[in-house]
Amino acid sequence: MENSRRSFLKIAGISALGLGAKPIFDALAASEGYEGKPTIETARNKNAITAKQWAMVIDTRKFESAEDLEPIIEACHKIHNVPDFMDQGNPKFKDANKRHVIKWIWEEEYKHAFPTKENRFLNDRLKDLPFLVLCNHCEDPACVRVCPTKATFKRKDGIVLMDFHRCIGCRFCMAACPYGSRSFNFRDPRPFIKERNPKFPTRMKGVVEKCNFCAERLAVGEMPACVEVSDGAIVFGDLEDPESEVRELLGENYTIRRKQGLGTGPSVYYIV
Amino acid sequence: MPNNKEIYNKKIIIAGIITFFVIITFPFWYNMGKAAPLPEPKLSDKAKAAKECVRPKEFMKAEHMQLLDVWRDTVVRDAKRIYVNSKGKEFEMSLSNTCLDCHSEKAEFCDKCHNYASVTPYCWDCHIDPKEKK
Repeated sequence: MENSRRSFLKIAGISALGLGAKPIFDALAASEGYEGKPTIETARNKNAITAKQWAMVIDTRKFESAEDLEPIIEACHKIHNVPDFMDQGNPKFKDANKRHVIKWIWEEEYKHAFPTKENRFLNDRLKDLPFLVLCNHCEDPACVRVCPTKATFKRKDGIVLMDFHRCIGCRFCMAACPYGSRSFNFRDPRPFIKERNPKFPTRMKGVVEKCNFCAERLAVGEMPACVEVSDGAIVFGDLEDPESEVRELLGENYTIRRKQGLGTGPSVYYIV
Repeated sequence: MPNNKEIYNKKIIIAGIITFFVIITFPFWYNMGKAAPLPEPKLSDKAKAAKECVRPKEFMKAEHMQLLDVWRDTVVRDAKRIYVNSKGKEFEMSLSNTCLDCHSEKAEFCDKCHNYASVTPYCWDCHIDPKEKK
């Protein structure tokens, strides 16, 4: 009998404690919930230009030498805060810096840009002509498949974009990309950026970066920087729109793409 | 029968316990009365003139990091760059160009509280403080 009284008191005590604790939990819960998480209303810029699949056509007939490409590369690298590790005027310049070079858009020889289309006796013009190469914003991008954090992803408009916040620097994407379009920040790029553009972030040590088809410019209704300074040599538009300038050029000219056989579906076309 | 309630080496043990407590509580009484004053982030003139931030002050104080987190995902992932607040006012979602446009003194505004709370957000590893000189 004494035993059961004892257990009754135990249970009663615990229950009383439980009831007593409720207001404390309530108070804690109340201090936690402040107006809730931001549920926010967002919108696109009214001027933003959109497409189903952005594509680029580069008319290589309009280029003669590396000098023609320079202003294009510079325009891109300047607005995107791409460091220039090979700037000899920089106090930190070393020859070995070439291992760290970051490229968004750069020049390449025909035989390297189109290794599957190389002939033993190549047309003289093509043999010496520098080609502009950049991220191909593939229709089926290998880099997106391998990214373990979804830091790189394909947008609805076909742009293969990077979320630098998310990149952990594993460089799987660099191994997967057949075009060498991606560069890794082996070191802090900031000392090598001559003039910072505050409209665009820099990158930090340990992330991969590449061309973004000027997503930030399209969002405010501007054409990509390289297109703007190319004097008509580069044309940008919607591949899925039969009326677009890009489709018009593709219809009129014979074009080639880089390493097409790999099946990635590059969206940068070259008129040769 | 030995008195088994006797503590052996009583003096050393009690002295040891006292020393232990003194050492373990050292940070508390050493810092007593020396609490760092609450930081008062300084508003720039432009921010003062605007009177209200993107959302009310209390919300911004408590939740600005969540807001910025949503902003960055919306801009990067959804390609939407305009934020509409409850009053229908539109803002570009940009740390360097919207936030820092008003709160132009990063050291007086952001850093003051962050230093006090000992948080080091890595926003500035990439995002540029337009005023910062290299």
